[in-house]
Amino acid sequence: MSTETLTDAPGSNAELRAYLHGLPGVDQVGAEERAARLATRSIKTTAKAAAIDLAISMVDLTTLEGADTPGKVRALCAKAMRPDPEDPSVPKVAAVCVYSDLVDVAVRALDGSGIAVASVATAFPAGRAPLEAKLADTRAAVAAGAAEIDMVIDRGAFLSGDYLKVYEEIAAVKQACGDAHLKVILETGELVTYDNVRRASWLAMRAGADFIKTSTGKVSPAATLPVTLVMLEAVRDFRAATGRRVGVKPAGGIRTAKDAIRYLVLVKETAGDDWLTPRRFRIGASSLLNDLLMQRRKLATGVYSGPDYFTLD
Amino acid sequence: MSEHIFEYAPAPESASIVDIRPAYGLFINGEWVDGTDGRSFKSVNPATEEVLAEITEAGPADVDRAVTAARTAFETVWGPMPGRERAKYLFRIARLIQERSRELAVLETIDNGKPIRESRDVDLPLVAAHFFYYAGWADKLPYAGFGPDPRPLGVAGQVIPWNFPLLMLAWKIAPALACGNTVVLKPAETTPLTALAFAEICRQAELPPGVVNIVTGAGETGKALVEHPGVDKVAFTGSTEVGKQIARAVAGTRKRLTLELGGKAANVIFDDAPLDQAVEGVINGIFFNQGHVCCAGSRLLVQETIAEELLERLKARMTTLRVGDPLDKNTDVGAVNSAEQLEKIRTLAQIGEAEGATRWSVPCRLPEQGFWFPPTVFTGVAQSHRIAREEIFGPVLSVLTFRTPAEAVEKANNTPYGLSAGIWTEKGSRILWMAQRMRAGVVWANTFNKFDPAAPFGGYKESGFGREGGRHGLEAYLDV
Repeated sequence: MSTETLTDAPGSNAELRAYLHGLPGVDQVGAEERAARLATRSIKTTAKAAAIDLAISMVDLTTLEGADTPGKVRALCAKAMRPDPEDPSVPKVAAVCVYSDLVDVAVRALDGSGIAVASVATAFPAGRAPLEAKLADTRAAVAAGAAEIDMVIDRGAFLSGDYLKVYEEIAAVKQACGDAHLKVILETGELVTYDNVRRASWLAMRAGADFIKTSTGKVSPAATLPVTLVMLEAVRDFRAATGRRVGVKPAGGIRTAKDAIRYLVLVKETAGDDWLTPRRFRIGASSLLNDLLMQRRKLATGVYSGPDYFTLD
Repeated sequence: MSEHIFEYAPAPESASIVDIRPAYGLFINGEWVDGTDGRSFKSVNPATEEVLAEITEAGPADVDRAVTAARTAFETVWGPMPGRERAKYLFRIARLIQERSRELAVLETIDNGKPIRESRDVDLPLVAAHFFYYAGWADKLPYAGFGPDPRPLGVAGQVIPWNFPLLMLAWKIAPALACGNTVVLKPAETTPLTALAFAEICRQAELPPGVVNIVTGAGETGKALVEHPGVDKVAFTGSTEVGKQIARAVAGTRKRLTLELGGKAANVIFDDAPLDQAVEGVINGIFFNQGHVCCAGSRLLVQETIAEELLERLKARMTTLRVGDPLDKNTDVGAVNSAEQLEKIRTLAQIGEAEGATRWSVPCRLPEQGFWFPPTVFTGVAQSHRIAREEIFGPVLSVLTFRTPAEAVEKANNTPYGLSAGIWTEKGSRILWMAQRMRAGVVWANTFNKFDPAAPFGGYKESGFGREGGRHGLEAYLDV
């Protein structure tokens, strides 16, 4: 594939389909085996300490509930800036991720902290709204100060083969983002097959995604190791083809430090060290952070603290 | 923010779980006995060259004692015993292996050089599974398709290689005992320790004395065993060269023979293959167990249209292989089993270069002590090159290309061997078309080096005859 075909807009659905279906297939058994094998890596002592800090710095601390309030978001922002009030050496998280109507609250709370505000947009989580509504949602979030937009793709369009519609929506949202970074949520739990995950990854990257993200967290299964493996292979190959490095964000269901470290191993051995930075790898999570903090303190002191020694938010 | 700080720290499996004695005798008739002529040799840790133990070298008189013990056990205890009773012993052995699997995995890694990840996740689970599987057959032999009351053969003389010491022991002993035979087994001289640990397990399981006998030694001991007139059945896994000698030795005798010998398997990749998994399959095919695998995918046949891209991916993947301390839980490629084997690999690699193939080895730092060879790939290999024809039995891959499916079959079959083959394509009909035409005992599709006790394994042509595993594996130990 030449770089040119990957940066030009596709002319037709047929062309896009031929291109996406021309990507090498993914063997399910093989992909799952590879992910399982990497999950047996033994990360101890200094490696574990480094991994925990790296994972903390990659967290997109997230609250995406109908019940979210300004108070809840401010509390989360405080946690994001100082994850462990007793230990200033803990790195801060990468971003706080909220709904678009709460962006301004988060922006004010995080002012000067260097932590980005990410907003879900485009009729999250279903993505079932007219394009104009999705763009308005995006523009509102950006106007309120969101530095990162987590959009959802139209899975219905993708599954019905209307790849051009998905492409054009992503491209339009990207434009609406302006300088904000665009994370494209594939909702892999609804795409189901790894072949679909690979195709959706390439489609999103070609349409201008800065990050590709597994899930909304509202659909089960959310992030899994093999799905993330396939997406990491996609960003690795896209870089080889175009020179552009697209980030990856697994989100949903990553709750323990052990899980997080397995994802970092996957990144290291698939996309490589270039992706071991919050600029190219994020973990969308809420409860994960406290387990990382607990494991971090265990490593430093040799004893486990109970969950009550870490703040809820 | 510091970057690129996530490097794996050493994660060594503790060796303190194993208790290696300074010296081992022979296991005959349920007892540890000294060799009659007092000769011995040393078993060495190939990763450190440290001497692990002094091992008794069994002479003809010792082999005779072992065969006599096996004969007595066969005639008085094991042969007459109902299958359901034999099954109990085999289930007990299987459970003991599971219980002691961590210890056995560490011991295997220390003696053989293979990564602990493999001995822990591949060898030991398969060893236990094999005993469980054949334990299940012991009381069902009348339903195996060999007649209403198939009889055992008698005393089996078994000689096994050093690449999967305990697994090959399981492949030999489990079906033999399930069918009612007794066994004299000779492990390879460089890897006797797990077989000797297995002798302890037989005692723990209270297996009647003489049912399993372990005699240690090198080629001479093996020769004495296979030529012993009291042996009814010879089973050998190892090199084709030795296999031929054994076939000559037992020719004209009443002995039954099964041979599982060398291979030069082709891993065939079509341009519509799932590339990432194919690369993984190639890696697993040739670098699993340092390439010391008789069914290793040592010839990569790749369709010319994707050869360049695939090689690039393969080399990139090879650079992520972690070569080093076999006891480190993150090691992917361990030590070559012996100085002798290392020399053979080096020689053939030099011949490959001299013949004009292009060599590329992973730029990794190898430990100073021990026997090491970096994962290596040869490109521009022709069918006529020795590295495309001879079994290297090391982490060395030869890459050839093809244009059409017919050419792939032709090249894959153009070898004196025929143990295994791999096919990589998303097209199901092509898998079947290829599998019908490949002359290999095992054909894997979109995977490689997959083993299961229920699946028969064995060779075509000079890769040997007879099948191990599955219902087919019973036939070698029954008088049918």
